Amino acid sequence: MRRLSVLFPLLAALVVTGCSSQSEEVNVYSARKEALIKPLLDRFTSETGITVNLITGSADALVERMKAEGEHSPADVLITTDAGRLYRAQQENQLAAVDSEVLNEKVPAALRDPDGHWYGLSVRARVVVYAPDRVDPSELSTYEALADPKWDDRICIRSSDNIYNQSLTASLIAHNGEAQTEQWAEGLVDNMARDPVGGDRDQIKALAAGECDLAVVNTYYLGSMQGGDDANAREIANQVAVFWPNQEGRGAHINISGAGVAANAPHPDNAVRLIEFLVNDQSQQWYAETNYEYPVRGDVPVSDVLREWGEFKQDDLPLVKLGEHNADALKLMDRAGWK
Amino acid sequence: MFSSPALRSLFLLLLALALAAPVLVVVGSWLAGASSNWAHLRSTVLPSYLGHSLFLVLFTGTGTLLIGVAAAWAVARFRFPGRRVLEWALLLPLACPAYLIAYTWTGMLASEGALQQALSLPLPDIRSPAGAGLMLTLVLYPYVYLMTRAAFVSQSAVALEVARTLGAGPWRRFFRVALPLARPAIIAGLALVLMETLADYGTVAYFGVPTLSTGIYRTWFGLGDAKAAAQLAGVLLLAMVALLTLERRARKERRISVASARTAAPLPLRPGPGLLLAAALWLPVLLGFILPTLQLLVWSLPRWRGLAESEFLGLLGTSLLIALCTAFAATGLGLLLIWARRLRGDRPRRLAVALAGFGYAVPGTVLAVGVVLVLASLDHGLNDLLASAGLPQPGLLFSGTLFAVVFACTVRFLTIPIQGLDAGLQKLSPNLDNAARSLGTAPLPMLRRVHLPLLRVPLATSSLLVFVDTLKELPAALVLRPFNTNTLAVRAFELASDERLADAALPALTILLAGVAPVILLTRSISSPDPESSHADH
Repeated sequence: MRRLSVLFPLLAALVVTGCSSQSEEVNVYSARKEALIKPLLDRFTSETGITVNLITGSADALVERMKAEGEHSPADVLITTDAGRLYRAQQENQLAAVDSEVLNEKVPAALRDPDGHWYGLSVRARVVVYAPDRVDPSELSTYEALADPKWDDRICIRSSDNIYNQSLTASLIAHNGEAQTEQWAEGLVDNMARDPVGGDRDQIKALAAGECDLAVVNTYYLGSMQGGDDANAREIANQVAVFWPNQEGRGAHINISGAGVAANAPHPDNAVRLIEFLVNDQSQQWYAETNYEYPVRGDVPVSDVLREWGEFKQDDLPLVKLGEHNADALKLMDRAGWK
Repeated sequence: MFSSPALRSLFLLLLALALAAPVLVVVGSWLAGASSNWAHLRSTVLPSYLGHSLFLVLFTGTGTLLIGVAAAWAVARFRFPGRRVLEWALLLPLACPAYLIAYTWTGMLASEGALQQALSLPLPDIRSPAGAGLMLTLVLYPYVYLMTRAAFVSQSAVALEVARTLGAGPWRRFFRVALPLARPAIIAGLALVLMETLADYGTVAYFGVPTLSTGIYRTWFGLGDAKAAAQLAGVLLLAMVALLTLERRARKERRISVASARTAAPLPLRPGPGLLLAAALWLPVLLGFILPTLQLLVWSLPRWRGLAESEFLGLLGTSLLIALCTAFAATGLGLLLIWARRLRGDRPRRLAVALAGFGYAVPGTVLAVGVVLVLASLDHGLNDLLASAGLPQPGLLFSGTLFAVVFACTVRFLTIPIQGLDAGLQKLSPNLDNAARSLGTAPLPMLRRVHLPLLRVPLATSSLLVFVDTLKELPAALVLRPFNTNTLAVRAFELASDERLADAALPALTILLAGVAPVILLTRSISSPDPESSHADH
């Protein structure tokens, strides 16, 4: 009984704090990890006086939470790190259409939903990195060519559980059709130097260690290894080089981190203001500098590390296609035996 | 018609249903129809999911049994150098989340890592199914050790002495007397290990081992097929029900309640074998705690300034608060359910105990989403009710509060006190209750004056286990927490899963250190024999 008497006031206090609300605030459900979004949100608060309340988590779980909370959901803004999840949230009717001149002007059409349900905040490219001592860049050309038997036992890539691989495969389905992409996936699986383990940084490490000659990774992982303060990681990252695939054709596969206004947002105006803030000059530059991502806006300079990799052509496939083909991509990877 | 015990049984069943609701809602709401993807799964990935899950269960089960039981027997029965320290040191890996040890070992074994540099040998890649089994074994064997040691320590000396006078050698005494007597405890520990193994996500996902647990995520979120995911979760639940049934059956076969005043004193070993034994026992501690901690220390050294940030204390405070509330709630509820079943083992109460343990069998995120669904519908119901009464709607009262997090963790870890207290109560002879009742003691005073003092060890063990587990628990805290609330596990995982191990090291170390204190308490709770328990059966 003594236990209960301690617990009860505590729980009551929690319930009370749970339902307190102020007017000048905006609530963010973010799949972007706190370290990679909080500094910007703090800056937003200091500039506008609007308090930002934040929770982070996996995008899928956050969308489930929004769905369950329904009309009472406190969520104003959903931030994810890929377009596929934004598409799914939209399919589940969790995002509201926004008509913002600022956003329509600053975010290129391919990087946002045509009806304004979500907008890209930063661009992340999935590229081929190679070991210059073992691979001549002239041997490299496209994602499609990764299935070529000449790469037998030479490629490192992470599991097909990962959304970035699912999106890459979805983009190939959109361009080449399902049958051809399945053959590609089978060829790629044959060429893997090892069963997929670890994350993108692990693929880079394996490449530097000589376990494979090519790896498929997102650029910001390499960028943060090159520009970070870990001497070991810097050394590893400097042993590999970036190759931009499909530059003769459609361009390199990209994804976005992006945001949308929640369908039941209690503070929709503040939500739009926040997203507009995230695409302004300083915020866009922050993405480039801090997380080695590319700004969605062409007029904002990229970080020094990124500049060294050179300019590249982006695939302008509308990103909704990544969401549309995601389930097919996954099944195809299952069939091809991509673990 | 409703006598009051029957009414109470009904109440207990409803309580257990509420606790199982998050799992039942998720699985139930999806099982509405057959999924069109099931054939696809069966012909492609399902055999691999099942195969790997089975492999991990066998590997981790065998490994934790060998280490846990052997260590418990050695520490309980022999005296050798360093035994006092090993008693609690053997529990230390408990403080280490499985995903963390997976990341740390990967870092140590990487070609640029410390171990590889020091040994300059080609070390095997830890990121394999066997590697995942090894990681899980290293952090989970303490469950078996803890429960088994408690059983060995409280075992009566009489049974062993009788065996000795009948001419049984030390091995025979162990296998024919001590082990069978400790079986309920061993199986209780093993059941926890296996359930945690089946539900593990972090380690297997990082090591690229496709299991039922990773399959659920992949199917639900990648394929967008909630039904097929539910069917996979259903397979996990079935496996758990099978485990629990096996466990109950194993206990029923030999229901032994030996209670004796005197426990056996540990035998001194000669220095040679003593040192050898000590060295062998240090091995799992070294691999499961000391080496990973050292590696984390090295990684976090450049970042010690971070500790001075006030935010860090906030993280620690929130983590401890959630862990404390969960430990109390889970132990209290577990005691209520188990004890009620002892008073009256009717069908509703037996069912209640079985239902209440469901939360442990599904991966954390599945459970967390279940909690979201249950609490949100509770909120919606409440709002609709108030609205129909013409009152203002309060919005969400339960969703997104610390209560939601504590509720989720309680549901998840309720199995631990249920297993622990069940094993503890089973050891108490029913004659004890009969004697108390014949003296006219009502049930509640009997609980307070007879059972609780005798259950001191399992109570302490269970609540501390839940405490440490909650400290490490991630998905529930991640998805369910209120705005601007962080825990150590959330911080550590966010950074580690982003492969920023150096940044993750500091919060991770803090989890380990925060887990060490309860682990030491755990040991003390077992080794200090309760004065009351030695008199209770006279």
